[in-house]
Amino acid sequence: MADRFIEDKSTKVAVNLEGMGEKVDFNDLKSGGFIKQRQKDLFVVRLRCPGGRLSTKKLVEIAKIADKYSKKGVVHFSFRQSLEILYVDYKEFNNIVAELEKIGQKVASCGPRVRVPTACGGCEYNPNGLTDTQKMAEMVDQKFFGTPTPHKFKTSFSGCPIDCARTKEMDFGFQGVVEPVWDEPLCTGCTICAQACKEDAIVSDPDSGKPIFDPNKCIFCGDCIRACPTESWKAKRYGHTVRIGGKHGRHPMEAVEVCQFLPDEKVAEAIQKTVEWYNANGKRGERIGNTLKRVGLKAYLDYMEPVFKSGSHPSFKAPGK
Amino acid sequence: MSEIKTDAFLDLRGVMCPINFVKTKLKLETMGEGEVLELVIDDGEPIQNVPKSIKEEGHKIVEVKKEKEGFFRLKIQKG
Ligand code: HEM
Ligand code: HEM
Ligand code: SF4
Ligand code: SF4
Ligand code: SF4
Repeated sequence: MADRFIEDKSTKVAVNLEGMGEKVDFNDLKSGGFIKQRQKDLFVVRLRCPGGRLSTKKLVEIAKIADKYSKKGVVHFSFRQSLEILYVDYKEFNNIVAELEKIGQKVASCGPRVRVPTACGGCEYNPNGLTDTQKMAEMVDQKFFGTPTPHKFKTSFSGCPIDCARTKEMDFGFQGVVEPVWDEPLCTGCTICAQACKEDAIVSDPDSGKPIFDPNKCIFCGDCIRACPTESWKAKRYGHTVRIGGKHGRHPMEAVEVCQFLPDEKVAEAIQKTVEWYNANGKRGERIGNTLKRVGLKAYLDYMEPVFKSGSHPSFKAPGK
Repeated sequence: MSEIKTDAFLDLRGVMCPINFVKTKLKLETMGEGEVLELVIDDGEPIQNVPKSIKEEGHKIVEVKKEKEGFFRLKIQKG
């Protein structure tokens, strides 16, 4: 039966699991997460860890399972933040999946589908964070993980323009931003904001010390807001810079910005519609960045208009007031 | 305006991030609520970072003076 095979597309090896008794959730196996190693019979079991976050309790349990099943006693943190248990014998898939299931740990995916989202620490604990990246990653994982697409579909969430989660290299990336506004009466002309702004978007008036703001240079990081001692710089709104069509690998592509200040509550809809568009327009084996190149960005933007209108145009500049 | 009375003084010129903030924090911990610490820090990284962290810990920056020689004089009220 087709679903009794784990396909490893890189080597065209099919592993027969027939006659292994017991129940395995083949839906999990179908969506991958088992990656053939060079070594005979041995596989990497990749776990699903959205945003790279795990409770310590679960981590302890995973450690026990990894210790039991990894023939070499090693794990690896994948480049996309998921924990991989190495050197697992395929004959033990049933058991390891069952044990992982018991502690509520799912196996990840590979192949042409929506992958486990990655995310930085975000505003929960990172001082620069503007958005709750971890919460968003969890939401996307719950709602979209495993959804079939023409090729892999990778999402990530960065909490601020430092972009640690590399949204510029994702099929679809979300990076936190804040729009700064200046409330003149509160300003004492201390010049700290001009020092704090690393983009030279603020210079101090030589006489008053008050900020002179250059909208063309502002990248919406919020450093001025955090540094201002008098709350004269304030946050007008928070949201996400939305980027599409990035990837790395042999032929890296940089994602393009398609929306500015998309609010949290529109992220799910943006992914939903983008996946719809990709499935309708993408060719099999074509990353969305290439689909956009072939079909044209405009067709995509027209399709997304009902969602992206909740944010601003990608060329938006903050008036600063 | 510049005559805010200070209760303690710390010169952190040449002290790097985040040690400068940790020293500030330790100093503030020895002080009573509402007391004012005068702080001298370099411009560049220190002035970009220390005020943010002071605010995050719930203290109030009540005065800022930029000195010609490339440093800042802050007055911080313990929160
Ligand atoms: C059963 C089949 C496959 C498995 C198990 C698999 C597994 C993986 C894994 C584990 C990663 C790294 C993820 C991480 O660090 O978290 C990865 C990345 C990647 N794989 Fe595969 N893969 C499979 C098939 C393919 C195929 C068929 C292609 C292309 C035709 C492909 C292209 C890629 C690319 C492009 C990346 C990196 C992508 C990025 O970060 O944007 N994979 N794959
Ligand atoms: C067992 C199968 C595979 C494994 C374990 C694997 C693993 C990986 C890993 C770990 C990365 C780095 C991922 C990251 O940075 O997020 C990667 C990247 C990549 N892999 Fe694979 N891979 C597999 C199959 C394939 C196949 C079959 C292809 C192509 C036909 C492929 C193409 C790529 C490319 C192009 C990248 C960089 C892609 C990008 O960002 O767009 N991989 N792979
Ligand atoms: S992207 Fe910003 S919020 Fe996220 S880890 Fe990096 S600095 Fe922190
Ligand atoms: S939000 Fe804009 S003005 Fe403020 S510090 Fe960042 S880049 Fe500078
Ligand atoms: S940091 Fe605040 S008070 Fe100081 S100059 Fe800038 S806006 Fe004015």
